[in-house]
Amino acid sequence: MNPFAYHRARDEQDATATAADDGTSFVAGATNLVDLMKLGVKTPGRLVDITRIEGLDRIERTDDGGLRIGTLVTNSDLAADPVVRRDYPVLSRAILAGASGQLRNKATTGGNLLQHPRCPYFQDLAMPCNMREPGSGCAAQGGPMRLHAILGTSAACIAAHPGDMGVAMGVLDAAVETARPGQEGRSLSLEELYRLPGERPDIRTVLEPGEMIRAVVLPPPPGGTHVYRKVRDRASYAFALVSTAVVLRLEDGYIQAGRIALGGVAPRPWRNPHAEEAMTGEPPSEALFDRVANILLAEAVDRSALGRDGAPGFKIDLARRTIRAALWQAVERSEGGAGKTAGEAA
Amino acid sequence: MQTPLKTTLSINGTRHEIEGDARLTLLDALRDHLGLTGSKKGCDHGQCGACTVLLNGRRVNSCLTLLCMHDGDEVTTIEGLGTPDTPSDLQRAFVDRDGMQCGYCTPGQICSATAMIEEIRQGWPSHASEGLEGEVAPTPAEIAERMSGNLCRCGCYPNIVDAIADVIAEEGP
Repeated sequence: MNPFAYHRARDEQDATATAADDGTSFVAGATNLVDLMKLGVKTPGRLVDITRIEGLDRIERTDDGGLRIGTLVTNSDLAADPVVRRDYPVLSRAILAGASGQLRNKATTGGNLLQHPRCPYFQDLAMPCNMREPGSGCAAQGGPMRLHAILGTSAACIAAHPGDMGVAMGVLDAAVETARPGQEGRSLSLEELYRLPGERPDIRTVLEPGEMIRAVVLPPPPGGTHVYRKVRDRASYAFALVSTAVVLRLEDGYIQAGRIALGGVAPRPWRNPHAEEAMTGEPPSEALFDRVANILLAEAVDRSALGRDGAPGFKIDLARRTIRAALWQAVERSEGGAGKTAGEAA
Repeated sequence: MQTPLKTTLSINGTRHEIEGDARLTLLDALRDHLGLTGSKKGCDHGQCGACTVLLNGRRVNSCLTLLCMHDGDEVTTIEGLGTPDTPSDLQRAFVDRDGMQCGYCTPGQICSATAMIEEIRQGWPSHASEGLEGEVAPTPAEIAERMSGNLCRCGCYPNIVDAIADVIAEEGP
């Protein structure tokens, strides 16, 4: 690990002002950052520890009936929170589908959103990687990959957002609330927060130097049936090959409102309003869910390749099947749990 | 070289002041500065769980924990859970059930299971839980899911699950 200076921030103003300097990183749960520092992938000259700042570890009701989740709330506390379990079950499920008990105890809400992709080439200093070293190339393309993106990629980068929590935050229309040095903070949707890689995959978000996530705000509970379906290489403690967060409201055999977000397939939690509109007012059917999958995956390109013949990878097909399975799971649970108003079996 | 930092924290009930570089992890502080070599360095990347300790009562990977961030905190290691003469219930159960071969992962397994049982008592759900609310039934599937952050390369998982199930059954919910 490279040597670094350590600064324990007193308050948000101190944190954002100190972190505005070049080569400075915020640190909270430290699980991803310390790992990358050990690998030499991240070499900050200074860490600004925000864990002692008062008031950032709370989950509070907002005036409109939503939820404000402080950036320091740990994944464990968020997944176990009674209100989240009852009103936003897709969020609990997504968090519990990720990492291990040990990591969830340290990992924080803001840090989870900002975690780095687990592309093996990003983590390997011997390999070219445009995210780590702009202009050096991308070793991930054209070979066998599993944790790569198929949507929102560019010729420069196919790294996927690796998180589960963010996919549920995405389907719940979460907004990130920030603090900035010397000016008011701002509110960003996840689509505004994450940049697509384009020519500069090293710039992953629109956050400015010193800008800190202070909270994530959820709108009032959406009701309906919540499903988080994750496909991975082992049954527990593995990143998603594909994941799907679904919130579906089914009444009298018709979909009143359907939302779907994909994980493990794009540089950010992925939604497409056209796919969701296509569901509105329709009865569930194979044809409908095929159409939803087709809309979501219309632009999908798999830049990995299996074997030397260059045959395309598995991911587009897996995503299609996962989308259909998650939607049917939501329909079956909706029908099985008639009478309730919200939750997993609503 | 950066100026050494002083961190004061409680380890197994004893106050320690440790001076070290900002890069010092909790795991290296325990092993190299205090000689508490029960916590093991397996992968050093948070993947194997051999370094698991309790930090303010919760299980964490000490290899990914920077010591300087934990001034004033309380740490419990395997050495603080029991001794050969007075083992904890889980330590005894791991022996009774033969929950190890080489033993390298065992301190991490036991620290992890100690906190995991408390998580079940608190009603925390897991990925394996049927529902998110209500009491947790400590089935083998629940125990396996909750212990997935601790790898055992000898493959003693069935006996590890049995040992943990024994303790949960003895102590009740």
